[in-house]
Amino acid sequence: MMKREECFRILARHIKDEAVVATYSSAFEWDAIKPRALNYLSIGAMGLDSSHGLGLALGRPDRRVIVLQGDGSLLMNLGSLVTIAAVAPKNLVHLVAHNGTYEANGSHPLPEPRVDFAGMARAAGYAAVYDFADLEIFTQQIAHVLEQDGPVFATLRVEPSGPLTYDYRRIYDPAKRRAFKAAW
Amino acid sequence: MAATTSAALSGGKIIAAIKASGVDYILSVPDIVTSSGLLAPIADDKALRLVRVCKEDECIGIASGLSYSDTRALILIQHTGFLDSINAIRGIAVDYQQPICMMVGLLQHDPEVAPRASPSYGVRIVEPILDDMGIAHHLINADADVGKIKPEIDAAYRESHPVVFLIGRSPS
Repeated sequence: MMKREECFRILARHIKDEAVVATYSSAFEWDAIKPRALNYLSIGAMGLDSSHGLGLALGRPDRRVIVLQGDGSLLMNLGSLVTIAAVAPKNLVHLVAHNGTYEANGSHPLPEPRVDFAGMARAAGYAAVYDFADLEIFTQQIAHVLEQDGPVFATLRVEPSGPLTYDYRRIYDPAKRRAFKAAW
Repeated sequence: MAATTSAALSGGKIIAAIKASGVDYILSVPDIVTSSGLLAPIADDKALRLVRVCKEDECIGIASGLSYSDTRALILIQHTGFLDSINAIRGIAVDYQQPICMMVGLLQHDPEVAPRASPSYGVRIVEPILDDMGIAHHLINADADVGKIKPEIDAAYRESHPVVFLIGRSPS
């Protein structure tokens, strides 16, 4: 089992000009580790991170898009796995932090915390699928995960985080959306 | 209350208006009102890129993502899917003032009756909900209404706000 923050710190070493879509706990943690205009944090409705990512990827096929989705979010939009696999954008990397809880809403458990997201992505037809539970292996493979033709999916099996500060006004600031558009 | 009355609504004219609006992507879950007159010909039209999604609220996120590269999209869904997507529309189209353009088929609607007076509860509540959300909407019931499409899509992208076209009869 890994820590999400550790995974994001390793991921941050590989980030160049990609758009990074993140929401809720992942958004706060990611934006603290790697604050930048190309962080896309205004999702508007839980679960739609993966759909925003697909739209970004289709609009700029010359740029890569990384989605940092929570497991509770993906459960709200499982159909997006099928949609993304069907559209098959080569420039989309879909990472799901699987901690088994709705962390931003009181850390209550998912209906079934053992759900196999990588298996679902594989069955949906993603081009490549990974399931990481070991930080050393994640560290060794993340560069390849980010560079290969997508859509790429990876589960990051992580522990629930400690208490986070959820300053939604900051991450949903319209200025952040304007900055993203200017940078994209 | 009478709605716009005319015998015909041409799917070909609607598609021409969509193309004239600079729309590249159609995002859709099939809707029986627009199935044969719009979605089927769009699927065969090489000038439009169709993304078939599993659930209507996906369209709202995809259209938002596309808008950041100034790539225009039109969402083609049924009013039941619109109702199912209200929170996404609230968050993305209204709170974030994104140019989300929707074409919504009114299932079980009688085109000779105004939607607000429809015997169908689901149809009757659509326009009041849009009014409460402050979303511009236009009834496309006849060929004479098709001229509303291009200027309203242009305005939605120019001014960054949502717009809804309610399809009141099956296009031929």
